[in-house]
Amino acid sequence: MSLKFYYDLMSQPSRAIYVFLKVTGIKFESKPTILGKLGHKSEEFLKINPIGQVPVIDDNGFIVRESVGILRYLCREKGIPDHWYPKESKAQAKLDEFIEWQHIGLRLPCAFYFKLKWLEPRLTGEKPLESEIERFQPLMLDSCDLMETFWLNHNKKFLFGNHLTIADLLAVMELEQPKLCGFDPRQGRPRLAAYMASVKSETSPYYDEANKIIDKLASMSKL
Amino acid sequence: MTIQFYYDILSQPCRTLYLFLKLNNLSFNKHVINLAKGHHRTEEFKKINPISLVPFIEENGVILRESVGIMRYLCREKNIPDHWYPKDHKSQAKIDEFIEWHHIGLRFPLTMFFRVCHLEPLLTGKEPLKSDVEWSISGMKISCNVMENFWLSNDRKFLFGDHLTIADLLAAMEIEQPRMCGYDPRNGRPKLTAYMNNIRAETNPYYDEACELLNSISAKKLSKQEIKSNL
Ligand SMILES: N[C@@H](CCC(=O)N[C@@H](CS)C(=O)NCC(=O)O)C(=O)O
Ligand SMILES: N[C@@H](CCC(=O)N[C@@H](CS)C(=O)NCC(=O)O)C(=O)O
Repeated sequence: MSLKFYYDLMSQPSRAIYVFLKVTGIKFESKPTILGKLGHKSEEFLKINPIGQVPVIDDNGFIVRESVGILRYLCREKGIPDHWYPKESKAQAKLDEFIEWQHIGLRLPCAFYFKLKWLEPRLTGEKPLESEIERFQPLMLDSCDLMETFWLNHNKKFLFGNHLTIADLLAVMELEQPKLCGFDPRQGRPRLAAYMASVKSETSPYYDEANKIIDKLASMSKL
Repeated sequence: MTIQFYYDILSQPCRTLYLFLKLNNLSFNKHVINLAKGHHRTEEFKKINPISLVPFIEENGVILRESVGIMRYLCREKNIPDHWYPKDHKSQAKIDEFIEWHHIGLRFPLTMFFRVCHLEPLLTGKEPLKSDVEWSISGMKISCNVMENFWLSNDRKFLFGDHLTIADLLAAMEIEQPRMCGYDPRNGRPKLTAYMNNIRAETNPYYDEACELLNSISAKKLSKQEIKSNL
């Protein structure tokens, strides 16, 4: 098969691409690359991505890294319905505004909080550093608030209207991650809660499929 | 229509956009937002841009934020030479790869060093935590090494060949930033040094114009108090 997809469902951007491929019906060959088993440090994978990160796609020998770049590439190449990433210039610029913001605006605080509180203690056996958590926790709360009060400050179903865009998939997967350490951004944020529910139902059953592993881990850590 | 450009020249993505506008002869009106003086936190500013970040532009009543999104938009809308952001799908995907990496891969660690080791001590009057200092310096060095050993490993003039792309401007302006607090990523990194020289030569006099204030702050080797008043 021509499109190979390297991913780990523990990884937020990997899940965004997974749901995108499934919902749009793009056929792919699955190449699970499990970070916990150091799949991203294997010689074979480092040839594909010397930076050692997932997700990556290999489209008939053409390698594309970085989730946003992958999604934009697939939208151009694979005859995907226009609503996912509109060709109209201003609509595209508005989508890009969110997509470029979310790296440091949303992903960074949520992912660092997860890394400090959940991942690193499991890898090292040591307690997380309170000083670092104190740095990233307020940033995470601010960015969830900004989702509620700025990006979702309208009565639309999704970020940019009544149709899904690639921005929605990127956003929700980052927002799902901190539940692994007991933080649910939906709580106290009604718009965000309704929004995440809309994305989930629109992409069903792939949403739950993509989140199967983190859902299970989250319910285990509650016990 | 003239572009309304809101910026602070000490901000990396603002300098990038400034260079891009100048190099492409796009006319714009300057609206200087002094972050150090908190101009972006005023009610008036928040009415135009509730997320309080620069740069942004306004044209025909439409506001656009985020340097990357703005440059992609201008490449589509204005008469911009193709090399800046090629229409060819594969070339574009390769440039996106760098651009999307750079936010957390380059910009974040370099900015973090600046915050932890210089800005926060000045604002709080407290010495930074040793663990924070170590963590931020090592993050910055790792990121500069990835530039040297991965992104620039094929010895081309610019990141994607003999012509400038929007990725080069973004990279160069982030790499200039930590000089303001005494760290020059060029040191000990010959490829990065040559690369930075190429960009400056290709984009002058605008490069030096965009970096003028940064250069004078770096040259003065300011005392902590002075850095505070300049930021
Ligand atoms: N900006 C990248 C982020 C990629 C990334 O950070 N991937 C993580 C997992 S979420 C990874 O592979 N980490 C392994 C490592 O850095 O060693 C994207 O959107 O694709
Ligand atoms: N990803 C944005 C970054 C914008 C940004 O972080 N701007 C900073 C200055 S470099 C800012 O306005 N900071 C003000 C603040 O955080 O309060 C872009 O590329 O335009």
